Amino acid sequence: MSEMNIVDAVNDALHLEMEKDEDVMILGEDVGENEGVFRVTEGLLEKFGEERVRDTPLAESGIVGVSIGLGLYGMKPVAEIQFMGFMWPALDQLSSHASRYRNRSQGQLNVPMVLRAPYGGGVKALEHHSESFESVLAHIPGLKVVIPSTPKDAKGLMISSIRDPDPVVFLEPKKLYRAFKQDVPDGELVEEIGEARVVKEGEDITLVGWGAMVPKMVKAADHAAKENISVEVVDLRTIYPYDEETVHDSIRKTGRLLVVQEAHRTGGFASEIIARAADKELLSLKAPPKRSTGFDVPFPLYKMEDWAIPDVDRIVKKIRRLIEW
Amino acid sequence: MDLEEHEPSSPKMHQVLDEEGELIGEEPDIEDDTLKDMYWWMFYARKADEKALKLQRQGRMGTFAPIKGQEAAQVGASTAMKDDDWFVPAFRELGAYLQRDVALEQNYKYFMGDARGNEIPGDVNNLPIAVPVSTQIPHAVGLAWGIKRDGGGKAVLTVFGDGATSEGDFHEGLNFAGVLNVPAVFFCQNNQWAISVPFEKQTNSETIAQKAHAYGFPGVFVDGNDVLAVHEVTKKALQRAREEEVPTLIEALTYRLSMHTTADDPTRYRSEEELKEWEEKDPIKRFRIYLEKKGIWTEDWQQELEKKAEDKIKEAVDAAENIEDPDPEEMFKYMFEVLPEDLKSQMEYLKRSLREKEIEEEKVEIEGGFP
Repeated sequence: MSEMNIVDAVNDALHLEMEKDEDVMILGEDVGENEGVFRVTEGLLEKFGEERVRDTPLAESGIVGVSIGLGLYGMKPVAEIQFMGFMWPALDQLSSHASRYRNRSQGQLNVPMVLRAPYGGGVKALEHHSESFESVLAHIPGLKVVIPSTPKDAKGLMISSIRDPDPVVFLEPKKLYRAFKQDVPDGELVEEIGEARVVKEGEDITLVGWGAMVPKMVKAADHAAKENISVEVVDLRTIYPYDEETVHDSIRKTGRLLVVQEAHRTGGFASEIIARAADKELLSLKAPPKRSTGFDVPFPLYKMEDWAIPDVDRIVKKIRRLIEW
Repeated sequence: MDLEEHEPSSPKMHQVLDEEGELIGEEPDIEDDTLKDMYWWMFYARKADEKALKLQRQGRMGTFAPIKGQEAAQVGASTAMKDDDWFVPAFRELGAYLQRDVALEQNYKYFMGDARGNEIPGDVNNLPIAVPVSTQIPHAVGLAWGIKRDGGGKAVLTVFGDGATSEGDFHEGLNFAGVLNVPAVFFCQNNQWAISVPFEKQTNSETIAQKAHAYGFPGVFVDGNDVLAVHEVTKKALQRAREEEVPTLIEALTYRLSMHTTADDPTRYRSEEELKEWEEKDPIKRFRIYLEKKGIWTEDWQQELEKKAEDKIKEAVDAAENIEDPDPEEMFKYMFEVLPEDLKSQMEYLKRSLREKEIEEEKVEIEGGFP
């Protein structure tokens, strides 16, 4: 066991997989000499050399497009987009190609790439450095979208993502990068993609979320406990494929659902979770399912950023409303 | 010719044959069998393309992009490749595709809307058709990087049109290739029209080849209707890529004698005179004159090829039209190596809804199809 934060954990996974498999390569802006602007790729250039750890030109579509070619050739590229807000130029490559080559080629080709990006707000960043549009990615058929919220999950899910034969977008909640440490097993650690985790068991209401919303949901659960409300917290860990079973098992137990999403409200992944619950678990529900989300505005500059993200207060109030409904 | 010494911004194209099929300078060292092959693939592609147009007009095929006029550019380039080189196409590549072992029936199936037409023949490194303009270019760079990491010895040829050179992925791809120094050859078929937008509205550069300057590798401007010139230049560029792991940009000047796709009407935007002028420069005619002078082309041989093409095309049409309907599972089964539960249930739903279908909706045919 080693004490690690999320940055250490992703870095550990990259080191391990690069040692294990020569086909694993790292590419992106500032991932080599500078070891990533958040230091996630620390020590990799030094250990594995420029042939496998490569600073690229500043071109997001190019980074993803070239990674697709590497993947088609049989390499396992782990590419980085420095901030999710800058991923848009690469969306064409993700949706037109990375997600489609297996299908287009009748299963003859595949793109075993991982696209890493720090995402989300709460760190007083510049404009375009706090976005979370994971719902857009989950909407693209053929991509897996993985979002860990703990160091242990970050390591285990990164290892699984690199080994996955299909393209995985791996989003790292930067608010949590160095927020806390956790004992993480040394060496091999595999967490399955597509499996949610019940962080905290409870009886009265189910909270579902991912990324930087997970610790907020846990804090909200602690507050609610003081009011004798027993909250179950589910960390999705992967939004596509969606672990409907874990969420619906929980809904059947508690009868209430609150989805907490940092991203804008309209068309977000929270809507999908609620649609499925309404579709399949309507009779288990004692109250209408609710969302606590960001607003349908561009992520604001940092004087207003705390208002833009669901906070513990808002989450607790929604919990009360659902209990009292 | 020396690729490094070619001045890419000069409007003077590299040619082996002039427009009358006369040799300019030295005779290229190509075996007669290879010359015959090249002629066959150009001729066969022309015939197969013409047939596809008929099928489309009869409502037996969907929208496709005809290649008429670009046979020399395509076949000249693809015959310069080795089987284990990688071919990364756009979407107007019938000539190169046929020469690269893709059976015509596959191409017909694809444009009849059948995904099984995209199956890649086993022993050839071809990627499937890429429709969004220029987006395949970075893939070629990634493949070439993979080759380089793997010890080299192979090259990648990616093809695209003049319109693609205005796209971001063209720039990003070529810039990456220059920085990484990878064995990729970028082959632009400048057919002078991006649907209705002519070359002079696409770029203010004298040539496309000159853009290579900016990326730090050679660019060559070649007559794309001269199959021998295209073959020579591409062969050198690929060889250089295999041996020295370096990129080259080739601009082959040609002309789209047909429409952009079958949904397009070029009479709306270009003149009859211009078309006539380029019909005179037909690449197949030019090559035939050369082969005739060499004693390779004869009327009898032409008759033989006509018969062979006709038989093969008939076979391909039969195979494409008589294929059994796809299984609805095929819509889902290639999404991931392991199908997620949710997709499995969507697949079961589709199968059930087809099985239990009660209401058949009236099909509405749209005249002219979609672009």
